[in-house]
Amino acid sequence: MAGALARVIQGTKSHLGIVAPLTGVSNVPVRYQQTQTSPGKTKYGPLADADRIFTNLYGRHEWRLKGAMARGDWYLTKNILLKGTDWIVNELKTSGLRGRGGAGFPTGMKWSFMNKPSDGRPKYLVVNADEGEPGTCKDREIMRHDPHKLIEGCLIAGKAMGAQAAYIYIRGEFYNEASNLQVAIAEAYQAGLIGKNACGSGYDFDVYVHRGAGAYICGEETALIESIEGKQGKPRLKPPFPADVGLFGCPTTVNNVETIAVAPTICRRGGKWFASFGRTRNSGTKLFNISGHVNTPCTVEEEMSIPLKELIERHAGGVCGGWDNLLAIIPGGSSTPLIPKDVCATVLMDFDALVAAQTSLGTAAIIVMDRSTDIVKAIARLIMFYKHESCGQCTPCREGVSWMNKIIYRFVEGNASPKEIDMLWEISKQIEGHTICALGDGAAWPVQGLIRHFRPELERRMAAYAATCGPSKAERLY
Amino acid sequence: MLRQPLTRALALGSPTRLAPVTTRRYAEQAQAQPEKVEVFIDDQPVHVLPGTTVLQAAALAGVEIPRFCYHERLAVAGNCRMCLVEVEKSPKPVAACAMPVMKGMRVKTNSDLTKKAREGVMEFLLVNHPLDCPICDQGGECDLQDQSMAFGSDRSRFTDIHFSGKRAVEDKDVGPLIKTIMTRCIHCTRCIRFASEVAGVDDFGTTGRGTDMQVGTYVEKMLLSELSGNIIDLCPVGALTSKPYSFAARPWETRRIDSVDVLDPLGSNIVVATRTNEVLRILPRTNEEINEEWLSDKSRFACDGLKRQRLVTPMLKDSRGNLTPVEWEDAVVAAASALRDCPPDKILAVGGEMADAESLVALKDLVNRLGGENVCTEQYFPMEGAGTDLRSSYLLNTKIANVEDADFVLLIGTNVRFEAPLLNARIRKAFIHKETDVAFIGPKVDLTYEYMHVGDSASLVKDLASGTSGHEVMKRLQSAKRPVVILGADQLKTKEGAALLSYTQELASKLQENLQEKDWKVLNVLQRTTGQVAALDIGYKPGVGPVLASGPKLVYLLGADAGVVTREALPKDVTVIYQGHHGDQGASIADIVLPGAAYTEKRATYVNAEGRAQQTLPAVTPPGKAREDWKIIRALSEVCGEGLPYDNLDEVRSRLAEISPALVAYGNVQGNNYFAQALALAKSVQRPVSGKLDVQLKQLEDFFMTDPISRASPTMAKCVQAVLKQKQSPY
Repeated sequence: MAGALARVIQGTKSHLGIVAPLTGVSNVPVRYQQTQTSPGKTKYGPLADADRIFTNLYGRHEWRLKGAMARGDWYLTKNILLKGTDWIVNELKTSGLRGRGGAGFPTGMKWSFMNKPSDGRPKYLVVNADEGEPGTCKDREIMRHDPHKLIEGCLIAGKAMGAQAAYIYIRGEFYNEASNLQVAIAEAYQAGLIGKNACGSGYDFDVYVHRGAGAYICGEETALIESIEGKQGKPRLKPPFPADVGLFGCPTTVNNVETIAVAPTICRRGGKWFASFGRTRNSGTKLFNISGHVNTPCTVEEEMSIPLKELIERHAGGVCGGWDNLLAIIPGGSSTPLIPKDVCATVLMDFDALVAAQTSLGTAAIIVMDRSTDIVKAIARLIMFYKHESCGQCTPCREGVSWMNKIIYRFVEGNASPKEIDMLWEISKQIEGHTICALGDGAAWPVQGLIRHFRPELERRMAAYAATCGPSKAERLY
Repeated sequence: MLRQPLTRALALGSPTRLAPVTTRRYAEQAQAQPEKVEVFIDDQPVHVLPGTTVLQAAALAGVEIPRFCYHERLAVAGNCRMCLVEVEKSPKPVAACAMPVMKGMRVKTNSDLTKKAREGVMEFLLVNHPLDCPICDQGGECDLQDQSMAFGSDRSRFTDIHFSGKRAVEDKDVGPLIKTIMTRCIHCTRCIRFASEVAGVDDFGTTGRGTDMQVGTYVEKMLLSELSGNIIDLCPVGALTSKPYSFAARPWETRRIDSVDVLDPLGSNIVVATRTNEVLRILPRTNEEINEEWLSDKSRFACDGLKRQRLVTPMLKDSRGNLTPVEWEDAVVAAASALRDCPPDKILAVGGEMADAESLVALKDLVNRLGGENVCTEQYFPMEGAGTDLRSSYLLNTKIANVEDADFVLLIGTNVRFEAPLLNARIRKAFIHKETDVAFIGPKVDLTYEYMHVGDSASLVKDLASGTSGHEVMKRLQSAKRPVVILGADQLKTKEGAALLSYTQELASKLQENLQEKDWKVLNVLQRTTGQVAALDIGYKPGVGPVLASGPKLVYLLGADAGVVTREALPKDVTVIYQGHHGDQGASIADIVLPGAAYTEKRATYVNAEGRAQQTLPAVTPPGKAREDWKIIRALSEVCGEGLPYDNLDEVRSRLAEISPALVAYGNVQGNNYFAQALALAKSVQRPVSGKLDVQLKQLEDFFMTDPISRASPTMAKCVQAVLKQKQSPY
């Protein structure tokens, strides 16, 4: 037991490293400096149409079983299943696929945690379809336009970890997506693709859809498990990790929709094919959501490590008013720290490059903000979101985020003391890494990004406020 | 079986879920100890079992890690984050209460990272805490206050106090015992976990999210539990305080005296807090063998009954039949002459439910010296068979603490929940943490956990004893490795009591024979009152029935208030002497009243249901002219001309030791082993039984007022009213 636990915890240390700067002490997390580009390859993207995994991302084709099969889904799935657990896990390891939900934990390794000797408990696969991160809209495209990719992925992932069933926890607001998914599951059952003797492979596998009620926190894996169990969606303490004690007390793996949905194609085309995209340790293709001040906001599948600027200009029609009108970009969903224009010009869109730029790939939801943006107000609105979505279970997040929210809304007006900028920074550091789950971190990072790159703007506002309204009441304490 | 309230705890049935720290002799015998691992707390090596948490390992090293939500007897929540400590090679601080140790782990409880984390958490806790310490009842015993002194910052930077201020939360009404000031709540969830795990009431929980999260009862509702008062002790801040004690005193003003509770037969250990000769409140005192650190609501809150309905002066009935205050001299002379004038065989002495061993022995010695033999207790116990000759027949032989190691518990005609709430808490603990199952013979009652309801017919016991029962319980009992059978003493009052006891003894001894652990005790009789065991040990005859029928001329009631002796049952010319502390049923029929001392006012010996002798200590002096009970009887004996041969407490206790050394072996329980002999003697009284088993205390409202002290307590009366009112509510 202790050995197994140590292994899980070992795994999670690297997990923590990938999430981003959790150390809490150093502001300059320098990890994965060893990243090197694969020899010979220096240019990433654009992705050729032949290499696209999600071929019905825009819903221009039939999403039902017939259309899905025409696009190659469910093709010889039985053969993949028959190749067995180890083959699938190895293929995933070769592919270098890292979890697409934000933390970027290597998927092959995660699945291999499930293959410990069984103690008689059933195992479960849980698919996290609670896509709540503001800016992110990739999983919904998969579920409404390509649900069979996800279902086939569930079956293959389930086989790889010996799971008995998959629970797809879908966000409550995704009504049409849940409906399409349910229809697709029914079709798959009727076609014998899942259920008893799935695809004729002799493997029994069920897929259930569970609709959430729209709480952001239920996207956290242990809160999601609690929610499926019918309790308040509040994260559990780790250890024990879900791979030990998860859904209904049984070993469980929680994966993002996109992670699961790419697995069949990886198995079919080979891990090497997938690994040929992007830089080492950042391989594969990825769905990027580009929103905000761009001419054509879109969700697009691209190669990892594509330069951010190229991604925006090629697929989103460029920043409104031209690249020079850019103010800042949030590169990976609302919880990641923003990066200013000069960083955006050169940064590559992958895990390691963004960590080096003191931000994170997250869910690859790119929020573009041009010069018309009130950047402080934008970040304040995000903090208000986190304040609203904090579950309230643990102290730093419950008290800290709401306090940050109060402060930053004063910063919007400038009704604050410049000394409070450092205080806000400290408060965000007091939250980060001290909470049960990562929501506290996600709330702290946008603030840190703002202070890191826009401190002069904050000071300007305070000076302007003091000039018109006199010194802020906040000065009294100093 | 899925135990709903604790599924979360069970789901985490892993290293973090550490077995509560209690003395567990039986549990430890069973499994070999795994090898210990070495961890370093501040570079100090400690060897602990794998699965120990960092916090516990630190405690072993003598390092106390601050905490709010962690409590060793409750599931780990890990949500206050006060116990964050730095662990080498871990990028962020870990919650010491939940993190299991790993080999070679190096914990730094005093590093800058740790200190900063604590200071940060403390700052966050205080952001929305009202800081109304001057008017808070928790002041002086508040964890938040103490820890903010030790670990908090020395200045505030909460500038937002000038802008939006602090959170305010509406108070909840959870009944007459607990006062809530929810603004002070720091959301540690101890109360929620206690209610759902220990008390078995799922009414407490959280609603809302983030800063809007509130601890409460979902809909406004009284906390319907006999153990609710414990959440006051558990609350680390002043969110839950004692309603009867509100604004009464500061902890540093009170004098605390360690004593023993007498309101239920378990003899829970208590601390009596007094000021200016007044009992202000009663708190539990940890005793792993009996009450752990809990206390039932009656034991905790009935103390205001000690100030009301008290007998403060000796009284004699005047010519008009009214009791009138007199001096001690007159009362004692009147009592002595009544005793002397009465033919010895017409004297009936009755020991009451709260009589202490010293006064019981003094009364018995006095009656014996006068030539009488009729010293009885109120509560009946069958004298056929072995009767009270063998101590094992009337004790809780398994012992309270061992009940939690049982794997099957059969309750016969006893609503343990209200007759001995903390024994029930133990059974519930076993039920939840150890998959112990419980079966019950008697009327359907709510024991706070699921049990197999076998039925309510006494003949079921006979069938089980003879092995002819086809019920599933039979198989479960036979396959159990540590079965426990608990028989309620109330069942023995009936005509069939003797047979029922005999069958229970037979059942227990059959089960005992097949056990691998020969020293495991199966048979238990749960007494209803504190005084009974000591009285039987001393040689009182159980029950007044036969003597009452023979028409006594003088009845001496020593705190006998249960109403078994009534004027109607006595001959017209009888003289009734009542000695006791409350003007209750006994005093109302008395001709002579001698005011005695309550348990908080004397140093006295009480023997609990296990047979464990414990002593109370005087916290306050008896009110008015009341005196310690054994001294009254000693004085009376002098006037009767039959002076008892002891002049101080030590001499009385030597006399007790002469009768039974167990009576003065304070804190210990002597093992009893004559089960087979008792059964052999009891076999002859076995005859068909057909009655139904019923219990006296069925509902929560029955629990609060059962003895002179709790009947005199306004708080207990409010509880009864509140429970009855709550029952009319749709929730």
